[in-house]
Amino acid sequence: MDHKNAKKPSYSRFSQQELPAWKPILTPGWVIASFITIGALFVPIGLLAWSASDNVVEISDRYDEACVPDDFNSNAESFIQNPDTKKTCIRNLKVPKKLVAPIFVYYQLENFYQNHRRFVKSKSDKQLRNPEDENDLHSCYPEANTADNKPIVPCGLIAWSLFNDTYKLSTRGKQITIDKKGIAWKSDTKAKFGSNVYPKNFQKEGLIGGAALDESIPLSEQEDLMVWMRTAALPKFRKLYGRIETDIEAHDTIKVEIENNYNTYKFGGRKKLVLSTTTWIGGKNDFVGVAYVSVGGICLFLAINFILLYVFRPRRLGDPSYLSWNRHPIN
Amino acid sequence: MATQSSANSQNKKKNNKGKVKWSNLYTFSCFRPPPRLAEVGQPGFIRVVFCNDPGKHRTKPYKYCSNDVTTTKYNVITFLPKSLFEQFRRVANLYFLLVAVLSVTSLAPFSPLSLIAPLVFVVGISMLKEGVEDWHRFIQDLEVNSRKVKVHIGDGKFVDRPWKVLRVGDVVKVNKNDYFPCDLLLLSSSYEDGVCYVETMNLDGETNLKIKRCLECTLRFDEDIKFSKLKAVVKCEDPNSSLYTFVGNLEFGDEDELNSSYSLFPLSNSQFLLRDSKLRNTDYVYGVVVFTGRDTKVVRNSMKSPSKRSRIERKMDYVIYVLFFMLLLISLIASVGSVQYTDQEQTVEQWWYLQLMYDTDASFDPRKPFVSGFLQFLRALILYGYLIPISLYVSIEVVKFLQAMLINNDQQLFDEMSGKSVEARTSNLNEELGQVEMILTDKTGTLTCNQMEFRKCSIEGISYGGDVNEIVRAASQRMNIDIESYRFNLDGDESVSTPRDSVEMVEISSDQINESKNSILDGEHDVKNLGATGIKGFNFRDKRLMNKMWVHGSNVWDMMMFFRVMALCHTGIPVENEEQSGSHKLKYEAESPEEVTFLIAAQEFGFQFCRRTQSSMFVKEIDPSASEVEREYKLLNLLEFSSSRKRMSVIIRDEFGQIFLFCKGADNIIFDRLGDGGRTYQHATTLHLANYAEDGLRTMVFAYKKIKDSEYEEWSSSFSKAKAIIGPEREELLENVSENIEKDLVLLGAVAVDDKLQDGVTECIDKLAQAGLRIWLLTGDKKETAVNIGFACSLLRHDMHMFHLSLSRDVESKNQLKAMKDDILNQIKASYQVTTNENTKEDPFALVVDGKALEIALTNDIKDDFLQLAVNCASVICCRVSPKQKALITRLVKKYTGKMTLAIGDGANDVGMIQEADIGIGISGMEGMQAVMASDFSMPQFRFLERLLIVHGHWCYKRISKMILYFVYKNIVFGLTLFYYELYSRFSGDVLYDGWYMVMFNLFLTSLPVISLGVLEQDVSSDICLQFPALYQQGQKGIFFSWKQIIGWMGNGILTSLVISILNVYILSPSAFRKGGQVVDIAHLGVTTYTTIVWTVNCQIVLIITHFTWIQHIFIWGSIFSWYIFLLFYGALPYSKREYKLLVEAVGPAPMYWIVVLLVVVISLLPYFIYMVIQRSFYPMDDLVIQEMKHGRKVVVDDEMWLREKKSSRKATHIGVSARVDAKILYLKDQLHKKRMFIIKSTTNSPIRRSITINTLENRD
Repeated sequence: MDHKNAKKPSYSRFSQQELPAWKPILTPGWVIASFITIGALFVPIGLLAWSASDNVVEISDRYDEACVPDDFNSNAESFIQNPDTKKTCIRNLKVPKKLVAPIFVYYQLENFYQNHRRFVKSKSDKQLRNPEDENDLHSCYPEANTADNKPIVPCGLIAWSLFNDTYKLSTRGKQITIDKKGIAWKSDTKAKFGSNVYPKNFQKEGLIGGAALDESIPLSEQEDLMVWMRTAALPKFRKLYGRIETDIEAHDTIKVEIENNYNTYKFGGRKKLVLSTTTWIGGKNDFVGVAYVSVGGICLFLAINFILLYVFRPRRLGDPSYLSWNRHPIN
Repeated sequence: MATQSSANSQNKKKNNKGKVKWSNLYTFSCFRPPPRLAEVGQPGFIRVVFCNDPGKHRTKPYKYCSNDVTTTKYNVITFLPKSLFEQFRRVANLYFLLVAVLSVTSLAPFSPLSLIAPLVFVVGISMLKEGVEDWHRFIQDLEVNSRKVKVHIGDGKFVDRPWKVLRVGDVVKVNKNDYFPCDLLLLSSSYEDGVCYVETMNLDGETNLKIKRCLECTLRFDEDIKFSKLKAVVKCEDPNSSLYTFVGNLEFGDEDELNSSYSLFPLSNSQFLLRDSKLRNTDYVYGVVVFTGRDTKVVRNSMKSPSKRSRIERKMDYVIYVLFFMLLLISLIASVGSVQYTDQEQTVEQWWYLQLMYDTDASFDPRKPFVSGFLQFLRALILYGYLIPISLYVSIEVVKFLQAMLINNDQQLFDEMSGKSVEARTSNLNEELGQVEMILTDKTGTLTCNQMEFRKCSIEGISYGGDVNEIVRAASQRMNIDIESYRFNLDGDESVSTPRDSVEMVEISSDQINESKNSILDGEHDVKNLGATGIKGFNFRDKRLMNKMWVHGSNVWDMMMFFRVMALCHTGIPVENEEQSGSHKLKYEAESPEEVTFLIAAQEFGFQFCRRTQSSMFVKEIDPSASEVEREYKLLNLLEFSSSRKRMSVIIRDEFGQIFLFCKGADNIIFDRLGDGGRTYQHATTLHLANYAEDGLRTMVFAYKKIKDSEYEEWSSSFSKAKAIIGPEREELLENVSENIEKDLVLLGAVAVDDKLQDGVTECIDKLAQAGLRIWLLTGDKKETAVNIGFACSLLRHDMHMFHLSLSRDVESKNQLKAMKDDILNQIKASYQVTTNENTKEDPFALVVDGKALEIALTNDIKDDFLQLAVNCASVICCRVSPKQKALITRLVKKYTGKMTLAIGDGANDVGMIQEADIGIGISGMEGMQAVMASDFSMPQFRFLERLLIVHGHWCYKRISKMILYFVYKNIVFGLTLFYYELYSRFSGDVLYDGWYMVMFNLFLTSLPVISLGVLEQDVSSDICLQFPALYQQGQKGIFFSWKQIIGWMGNGILTSLVISILNVYILSPSAFRKGGQVVDIAHLGVTTYTTIVWTVNCQIVLIITHFTWIQHIFIWGSIFSWYIFLLFYGALPYSKREYKLLVEAVGPAPMYWIVVLLVVVISLLPYFIYMVIQRSFYPMDDLVIQEMKHGRKVVVDDEMWLREKKSSRKATHIGVSARVDAKILYLKDQLHKKRMFIIKSTTNSPIRRSITINTLENRD
């Protein structure tokens, strides 16, 4: 008998599928409780987010059309491509509410596909990090090297198309300093862009894409480039231009002197200048608050409905009349 | 040497049965229908075998195949190509292969390894499985092929040779209890007259032994040495699959004579020994090899084992097609879109920052729009491959393996007796167990243990050994309350005028009480157990008969005659009891197992049949004085049993010179032949017979007759005359003559033997029937046996309409196909009319089909009518079915009804059926392993089917269904977010997520929870599954993997992916997402979206799972947690490009990230949650309600509601014990009611009643 039972499966709660288990059942109590919980959690979060967003002051100004002189209106491209035209353009922005420092200055591009696969890939992380890898160019074509086969640093389409409009802000005749330090991610300055990598052969020949770089400053300090090279996920995107550390009073007028260099006219993109403050949720973003409040509201509404349902038409838990054989009696 | 030892062993035996010349005892045996000799030499009948001259078969045209039988699918060389081919016949695998090939090219959006590794895994596992299975087959083949048999090598020398080297023409010697290595022609046996007994269990499931008999001319070759002289040529039919026919002739040359003259002898099936049948009761036989290897009839009867796939998996293929279509569609959209944007001259011009005209990579070449479009298309196919999850296949393999492991390890599926457990031999079909609708079962060895037991007898009209019918007992038990109240109502009047039936009922209840008392008080319980197990074949207990108590009875003479019939009317022989050689008990061997049980029973009653010689039988008898004497009976004649006669008689002369005829046979046959003075007990015996038959016992009636010497002399001479006649009319004549003596019999009584059912078969069938399963019995046994078993296991009831489908005799004798078809068709039509008739529609029906009739009924033009009828019947029993027919029925039933079929059997004859059915189950009993080898599951006992189907099947079905649906959902959610991002990036094919995220998704972040769902999910616990058989019907209806469900989950997936993508994009752009003023880039959007997906799919599974053990908790929450861990580590690696320090620096500290995740997850889950709530509130399914009923109760309480629902959860069924009990209760109630009316009527009118009432009234006053 013993050797027969040798093959008997040994007992364990797992192998006999008898592990203690929590078997939640969606009782009316659970249903109502979960709806109320969601409601009670979401409405306050929504209100908080909403008020945070409400506290953000955002001024945005589209200048791509306005900054083209009237005589170039029909052919904005020839204006932007002509090196001799005067690109400077003055815009006045009204400040509706007090802007409390830090104020962030953004440029916003629309219909610009930084997320195009050809564009996204067109850079060399190695080259940016390490001067010895300056010949790591395989992903950078067609902006990899110069005609005499010297490597371009930084190579690739992203760097080559660097945004090159510039802004000068002043209010009440006083220049507002825009701090362009500290706009890139720390990890970029520390790790991704080498402090001993200097721009080389950049925008030197052929087609000029965008801004040129100062060859005496290492890449780790070229924060504009870093911000630009953090490719945006969507065709409409903002990028940090700089930061203003002084408050700007309400009802002031900000005078912006724009150097309108960047060619968005060719692909019908728009350019905007945006000044914005931030709160804990970041910039202006009413949608989060609205979404939270409405989801919370819907859940509370459902909770009330289910409460009413269970009060007026209660279904007893485990009511056997709902069993299939009681509903469709077997003959 | 061999001869000597066998001679020695013969000498050792007291009862030298080798010397008994059987042909003298048998009167009917020598005539068989003459073989169709004319056909020999014609096409189909051209095989020539040079006996004892295998050398001639080395060259053409007489070179036949070897005896090497292979059942393997592959060999060493063909394994790789063939199994690879098999693997890539699956569309999904082909697609994955394509993707894997493409992934090596530059098109791949992620690393090739992440695509190739899973494919190799899936294909590798499947191939390994194939390989292992084939290896087992190979080992088994090897074992069979290298079995040893004695082969004549010339000069009368016999040597052991492996089976596989056998060649046509070889002379072999097969010993007792060995299998025949190939199809043999019997030359001679250890018996003088050249008979041998063959057991064909493996071929047709029949347990009774078959007699084979050699030709007279080869009879003298019965020793090794004599074979040096054998010269003969067999000309016979070509190999075919018919098990019951053999046509040929033997040219036999007698070399002893000077002119070696050849004479021709016809051969028939009775000289033909089939491979895989077993030699029984015969020490050895000599035979010549006729068919070898794949030419043998049994191999011709076997079929290629088909590879089975479960229905869910087949349906999943369609789901895959839908997904594939979706994939093609979005790939097409993506590629067309991409071409659209690269193609136009304008666009190229406009997008100066892309420099599309320079150094273009091929997928964005505006000059070759079609090429780049095509490349984009291929790329999209790879990228959105997440819609068709290869990981699904991997996970299913893993889950099914684990499920199978749980089945194998279930302690409740372990059989203590055999030490074996239920084993899932293939894990492909676990979930099919939950959807079975038809069970096709073999009888012998599956339902029964192939063991006869003597159970009851009725002597002189008194029934002995009588437990009350279990059905009646159960019915009365449940009615006890009614009886009590009934008594109460009648105020004790019942005892005054008790009609017969209520007496019975009282008897029953008191009997039960007594029994329970007894079992406690004097340990009769143990005695009973001893009776059941102590003596094999004897399960009888009745104090009145045991221990010689019967001698005190009133009519001892008839009693003794009864036992004498038992001890003398048979063809058995006693053999030494090897186990207890010390005791005086003997063991017996006989042609049929019933005879053995009779002999054993007779021995127990004190009539020990101890010796047989050529002309006499010796019985140790108990005298009325209770002393033991040995008496000799001269055997005068033996009138053999045949299926047409249905009786057997012996004529003996006892020591006092009196001649008796002892006869046993079927009840109606014997009753017809009773004399006027012999009908004393007929009425009582008939009643008992009906009771026995209802219990499924096999009954036989005993009778005797005293013959005057003169009468015998007269008859004997006419009998001898008839015997001497040679020719076709002989049979008829003999029957007529026998008829003359077998009349005016005196009835003694009846016996009932039990073809013992395996443990728990009745209960199991009952439960299965309640769960809505139909059970068909397919057996090779004869009709009577099959019907008996039908009753025994409650597949049949006496109040059923039983349709017997069989060929009428005259039609059968004409042997015309057309007439037979018409005959059967008419029978089918008539029966079908009854089943559809308004009046009788609700009645239970049963169909019993004979093998011959079945053959006709399964022909193409009437099989639909047949199946239509069969499906209308509550139970179907097919008897005398060949293995091929079993398979054919299975196939037709499967095809015609479209229902899931399960076949269960234990012998080689069931292999075809097991392979053909959706699920094949082999009983790993005592017989060979063929059935198990061919099966998908093996179990030691039939009863385990209940738990395997109703618990494991139900669970596995739900698990796999839920798992696949969830998998589809999760991959749609993930795959489509990739596509939506494409819309934002001008179809350039950029990927929102890092390559590693993609790999991680199915590998770590979502795999374990879904596996835990697939392995551990339980909607209700196992005991509740068993209590509510209706739950099983959910699987039969397939409601958890219906298209409604599939589409629903796809819809949910699409909705969720939309919610996730749109909300993330909308909220995160374009303004700053954290206090530092930074905006999101691709990495940030990717990581946030991905986080919401991980949360959403893992929380979704929380909503699906209803059974959380710590494992689920760890897997689910661990998966979410591990995502952050991964992000942390991956972000810390210096080379992780844009994901560098993403969590710690960018998203982690940003509150926006967390509130977006919370918002999106809640919104994505809300629709499903609301659906769940509504479904549960308004349309709850059975399992949900039962969960609620069980909710909050520690143990299942027997409250009224629970019991009531438990009962009504059963499917209305006409078969099974419960159905019978219900029917009985109805019947009893009806009877009670009638009696009550009668009593009330009679008592109210009777003066006694009136006085009693007045008295009581007065007393009360």
